[in-house]
Amino acid sequence: MKPDQVLDCVGLYCPMPIARTAQKMEEMEEGQVLKVIADDPGIKEDMPAWCRKTGHELISMEEKEGEIHIMVRKAKSG
Amino acid sequence: MEKEKATIVLFSGDMDRALAAFNISVAAASLGMEVEVFFTFWGLGLLASRPYRLDKGSPLQRLLGLLSPGTPRRARLSRLNMAGLGKRAMLALMGKYRMPSLEELMGTAKSLGVRFVACTTTMALMGLEERDLPAADGFAGAASYVARASESRLNLFI
Repeated sequence: MKPDQVLDCVGLYCPMPIARTAQKMEEMEEGQVLKVIADDPGIKEDMPAWCRKTGHELISMEEKEGEIHIMVRKAKSG
Repeated sequence: MEKEKATIVLFSGDMDRALAAFNISVAAASLGMEVEVFFTFWGLGLLASRPYRLDKGSPLQRLLGLLSPGTPRRARLSRLNMAGLGKRAMLALMGKYRMPSLEELMGTAKSLGVRFVACTTTMALMGLEERDLPAADGFAGAASYVARASESRLNLFI
């Protein structure tokens, strides 16, 4: 799957990756996919929690050489 | 749909405690919550842009101003501050791991819409006026805090 936007959060710690993700999502359109790359292990729990709370869809999450690659689809608002 | 609310009382003016408060504020705002931080007592100094004014108030208030850090940049550590040595070590560590400073985190909170409210009772006690706390978005008392807290899903005292 090819994401519409990519957000590099490598080197950032909680709560910045989630804060940046939330800000980025604001600029995107419904149904578009954002890829987030982070290396703070907290993101493995935080991103699913953020998706649960905001309604955005967590498509996939995988670890590659210490980095966590996450795909999130923006939910329809309302 | 109405947004869920989060309310935090920031009683402490310590750098580490305030970092926790704004870390949670930023996370809550990112999760779509409407966040308000209610600054009281030692937390008030974090709303000041310079050390407390010493040219007014009673002698005791001036002494309080002289002894209080005031401004986020001057906030101390709650433990191991060691006259600023511990704080400097902590800042160096935070810098190494690219963690935002207290000022930066407060700025991020603001940009995400977190509202800063100053407690008017402690302001009077400490001889502070609205113009002394430029970072405040509002000024209120305990009743507004309790009213808002009762509507909040998340409520913390730090």
